[in-house]
Amino acid sequence: MTAATAETTQKTSTKSPIDYPLSDLKLDAKIPSGPLDQKWEKYKFDTKLVNPANKRKYTVLVVGSGLAGASAASTLAELGYNVHCFCFQDSPRRAHSIAAQGGINAAKNYQNDGDSVFRLFYDTIKGGDFRAREANVYRLALNSRNIIDQCVAQGVPFAREYGGQLANRSFGGAQVSRTFYARGQTGQQLLLGAYSSLSRMIEANKVKMHTRTEMLDVVLVDGHAKGIVTRDLVSGAVESWAGDAVLLCTGGYGNVFYLSTNAQGCNVTATYRAYKRGAAFSNPCYTQIHPTCIPVHGDQQSKLTLMSESLRNDGRIWVPKKSDDCAKPPDQIPEDARDYYLERRYPSYGNLCPRDIASRAAKVVCDEGRGVGPVVGGVRLGVYLDFKKSIADKGKADIEGKYGNLFDMYAKITAEDPYKSPMRIYPAVHYTMGGLWVDYNLQTNIPGLFCLGEANFSDHGANRLGASALMQGLCDGYFVIPYTIGGYLAGQTGGAVTAEHGAFKETESDVNGRVKRLLAVKGKRSPRSFHKALGKIMWDRCGMGRTASGLVQAISDIRALRGEFWDNVQVTGTGDTFNVALEMAGRVADFLEFGEMMCLDALHRNESCGGHFREEYQTEEGEALRNDDDYAYAAGWLYRGDDKLPALAKEPLAFENIKLSQRSYK
Amino acid sequence: MPADGANTHGKLLTLTLQVWRQRDSKSEGKFETYQAKGISPDQSFLEMLDVVNEDLIAKGLEPIAFDHDCREGICGACSLMINGEAHGPDRGTTTCQLHMRHFSDGDDVVIEPWRAAAFPVIRDLVVDRTAFDRIIQAGGYVSINAGGAPDGNTLPISKKEADLSMDAASCIGCGACVAACPNASAMLFVGAKASQLRHLPQGQPEQHKRALNMLNRADKEGFGSCRNHFECEAACPKEIPRRVMAEGYRDYVVATLTRDD
Ligand SMILES: Cc1cc2nc3c(=O)[nH]c(=O)nc-3n(C[C@H](O)[C@H](O)[C@H](O)COP(=O)(O)OP(=O)(O)OC[C@H]3O[C@@H](n4cnc5c(N)ncnc54)[C@H](O)[C@@H]3O)c2cc1C
Ligand code: FES
Repeated sequence: MTAATAETTQKTSTKSPIDYPLSDLKLDAKIPSGPLDQKWEKYKFDTKLVNPANKRKYTVLVVGSGLAGASAASTLAELGYNVHCFCFQDSPRRAHSIAAQGGINAAKNYQNDGDSVFRLFYDTIKGGDFRAREANVYRLALNSRNIIDQCVAQGVPFAREYGGQLANRSFGGAQVSRTFYARGQTGQQLLLGAYSSLSRMIEANKVKMHTRTEMLDVVLVDGHAKGIVTRDLVSGAVESWAGDAVLLCTGGYGNVFYLSTNAQGCNVTATYRAYKRGAAFSNPCYTQIHPTCIPVHGDQQSKLTLMSESLRNDGRIWVPKKSDDCAKPPDQIPEDARDYYLERRYPSYGNLCPRDIASRAAKVVCDEGRGVGPVVGGVRLGVYLDFKKSIADKGKADIEGKYGNLFDMYAKITAEDPYKSPMRIYPAVHYTMGGLWVDYNLQTNIPGLFCLGEANFSDHGANRLGASALMQGLCDGYFVIPYTIGGYLAGQTGGAVTAEHGAFKETESDVNGRVKRLLAVKGKRSPRSFHKALGKIMWDRCGMGRTASGLVQAISDIRALRGEFWDNVQVTGTGDTFNVALEMAGRVADFLEFGEMMCLDALHRNESCGGHFREEYQTEEGEALRNDDDYAYAAGWLYRGDDKLPALAKEPLAFENIKLSQRSYK
Repeated sequence: MPADGANTHGKLLTLTLQVWRQRDSKSEGKFETYQAKGISPDQSFLEMLDVVNEDLIAKGLEPIAFDHDCREGICGACSLMINGEAHGPDRGTTTCQLHMRHFSDGDDVVIEPWRAAAFPVIRDLVVDRTAFDRIIQAGGYVSINAGGAPDGNTLPISKKEADLSMDAASCIGCGACVAACPNASAMLFVGAKASQLRHLPQGQPEQHKRALNMLNRADKEGFGSCRNHFECEAACPKEIPRRVMAEGYRDYVVATLTRDD
């Protein structure tokens, strides 16, 4: 049932305190030959096509209805395939993509400021700290332009200039203005655009939508993904769905940290289950900690709220120079007693340096005792984001026009008025660059199993630049998968496997067994309390700063917590009803295994890159110190059994178009 | 970032909750009384319910089911009637963004699901809002396929029209408008989609037909008709203006007068 994992041969050296086996599985990225800027065209020409009349014979199962899933489902349906789409929310419109605020990048160069496809490609590779695959990123930059056209045609109300042209703003990690936006609700508007296309295909009977349905396993037949098993969250029914290909578009796993900017339901279950069936999980430790979030206020908090990075265009970040000033109200701290530390340390990018750098810099000043805001757990965890100068220079109306809803949101949550006093912000977990390993086709190492959007690992390396996740999700769904899936399906007979196949019954019984097991523990501790405890371990040991000893400790703490979970979790209710406790427990159970893999990945990577900061590996100035000789590869972890460490397969990353160099934003 | 110690900017609250409990769509429901203790004014309403649920689980009782996801006022999942008001007392605010500082120690709080024939209760405070999806399926889109769209700047759109469109497009599809309306009308929801697209050149070819199809579908789904109470506008957490209803209705009328099928 599990895809054959290559025999492991060698042992690793003593570079990691925990010895993990190496796999000899080749992770072949299947990058088309030829010059970078011609690869995609060549690929499109070389790929097999499915005859239009035959498309209706194929069924594609799309799990997820966010930007990646909704755009893929609607586009594949438009092409003539039969599509089933699944989401756990009550409506596809509520996928987590809805929450994206700031914007979406595209190399349109409407501003005539020097942007180009190559520059967007370059910025993304460099921003990702040279840990992404060149060919995929170039394709992303190339298609970024079509995305804007597509969304405009759908009726997405992007911001406009007075002359009627599309407006742009700049975002972290870029020196050009290439970000398109719809107030502070860009993700909402893009998702509603994709949702409207999806709705049109549902009405046309080309997509069957399954809401409140959670995928709990992938079904493999002869090593190919041929279906999924789901649980109906209302009736509890466990059901099988057969298809000719499966697309996982299930988003990121930032909630492994418990507190994050992600929606409550975001989870790792779909991709983790696929991993357990043999799909390689790539770079799980690459996590993005976003610099501009509202600080933690107390221990009953369930989520952290992002304040869009676009605010860094007009807000200046500072803390007091002296820790004695930290308790004073900000207006009593004179200009010369303030440390605008990003402007000081990174004069050319200033407040617009990439996220990983801005976050770490905030941690550094708070660790030095110069944080601001209330004392939580003995320290002040906050820095100021100050709009006073912009309001004075540009007028309140201008700032309100750009960020009004963000300011309102801040005021609602904190009961403070950011027009009058500076916002307080602190970094929070936001995005996960890791995900299922995919090749150029967005196909995992399991044939027929594709992965799109935040759920895959492909385009952002070790750090994602702002406004590029929306771009990637839509690029994958509207413009990549419609071509690449044809190459796979053309070699398959449509509808050859049905849910009558024995593999479905077997997988269903695994899923039912798991549900029963969760309900049978009948312990004393709630699923949420385990999630919180796991989150604390992850944040403390596998968050903004990581060390070998801390990660080793984390792994043993997670194992102990997982042991307690299976002895003592209290899952109330039954399996045949709408059961929120059961839903949560299932996700937490997966996080409790997955968290360990994240720590192992962080431990094995003896370097700092992007969002992965190993304290042992830093320059004298405290910047991330990469090790390209040993670690310029994508790690792909392969499951070998619950009681065994996963095996590591590597995809070497070649940089042929951009010279490997130490990032500098000074 | 799990915090170690509680940090509260005020006195902790104790509240008495009357919560609607209903096992499934077929069962009868009833109110149950719970105490919410040790609630910080900085907590959100849903975080208050989390605390109550943790208490229930500790006693081996089933937690209160409610819909929620983003907890930042944008996904439209959360949907509670709080003391008879959709999303509670704070204007322009979703339940998840309602903070406990709007309540006082000792308050009684009645919590119910949305009540509307078109939104049947699934469990406790969770209702089925798929009727909204089916309204959009009836026509809430521009009929184009992916690929081949002209350059995004081909048609200039004045800032004013783009802003009017965006005001309407802010609808989060939560259903508060329906819950607040004495007739359970979906007119604000339909109007918002109609208005968003009619202010953009891309939406204009299908402008009238779209409104007609969406309103007919709303009718079929069992939503009532609009009698100009405007409770919807007052309850809308995104403050969608009532003009969208007039715009949607106008398109509908034009469609009924000019339809040629
Ligand atoms: C607050 C916030 C602001 C952001 N702002 C920006 C921004 O300005 N610009 C930018 O580019 N990016 C931004 N991002 C990142 C970006 O929003 C996400 O990376 C992106 O939207 C993810 O899209 P997706 O389609 O991959 O996944 P999602 O939108 O997360 O969708 C996942 C889908 O999978 C479904 N699903 C998951 N698991 C299962 C399962 N087991 N069974 C069935 N269905 C399942 C869900 O129901 C959902 O439909 C932001 C993120 C956050 C948290
Ligand atoms: S939970 Fe998303 S709007 Fe309230």
